[in-house]
Amino acid sequence: MAFVPPARHLLRAKDVADGHYNEPLGVDDLAGAAGLSRAHFSREFRRAFGESPHAYLLTRRLERAAALLRSTDRTVADICFAVGLKSVGSFTTSFTRTYGRPPTAYRAEFPPASQHALIPACVLRAYGRPQHRTFREDSRLDPA
Amino acid sequence: MIKIANAQLWVHDQDEALAFYTEKVGMEVRADVTLPEMDSFRWLTVGLPGQDDVSIVLMAIPGPPVMDAETREQVRNLMGKGFAGTIFLTTDDCHASYEELKGRGVDFVEEPEERPYGIDSSFRDPSGNHIRLTQVRELAAL
Repeated sequence: MAFVPPARHLLRAKDVADGHYNEPLGVDDLAGAAGLSRAHFSREFRRAFGESPHAYLLTRRLERAAALLRSTDRTVADICFAVGLKSVGSFTTSFTRTYGRPPTAYRAEFPPASQHALIPACVLRAYGRPQHRTFREDSRLDPA
Repeated sequence: MIKIANAQLWVHDQDEALAFYTEKVGMEVRADVTLPEMDSFRWLTVGLPGQDDVSIVLMAIPGPPVMDAETREQVRNLMGKGFAGTIFLTTDDCHASYEELKGRGVDFVEEPEERPYGIDSSFRDPSGNHIRLTQVRELAAL
């Protein structure tokens, strides 16, 4: 039987976030993919990857939203729903906190997609994903 | 002239990796040699039909004295977290290749999606290595 290291089930959950961020997916679903209770999962995920699953999923979505803002002319609301978020108000708040300016201002600063180099998606996703920023929510939102 | 001949991936189990890459991904065995005089070291390489000069080495994680127990554990943990290795494959038809591999039991992480540079998808091998399958758009079309 093949050796399975302890973090592999957490990677499965991280892969679900990467592959299905555009669906109505939450930390409970990721915990389910790892086969763990939510609290235990959040703790283990943070230990393995250095951030909470909530923060990972949110920044994954924000990175995709930023890419869509740069490369398409879709509306901010449309992009918010396209990356799996449900509230345009929360999206704008999270985006502004993360990128330092609102979605429309961010879009105005970047040229269209055709000028981008041929860089593989995983590289852009991994290196373009923003650092999670909070004001003081950390302790409240992330019990784990 | 310098060329790429082999690139190496760590695998947890060479038999399992061999079955995955040949039966599911569609690769062929290039070399499968076990050396009794070297503690049964197994040199195992696979590659894609039609591209004879580039192979992937499916390397078992060695124990001491090649790799001390702590390092071995670190490598295993990195693999478990998905940060050990990546292979970038290209195809002339991402959707068709996706269906073909999926039909043979490959569990995709990302289904084919449009990107500025082409159509991209990804899956993992049984050891957690990250494999991308991309249909690169012609530069002229950009």
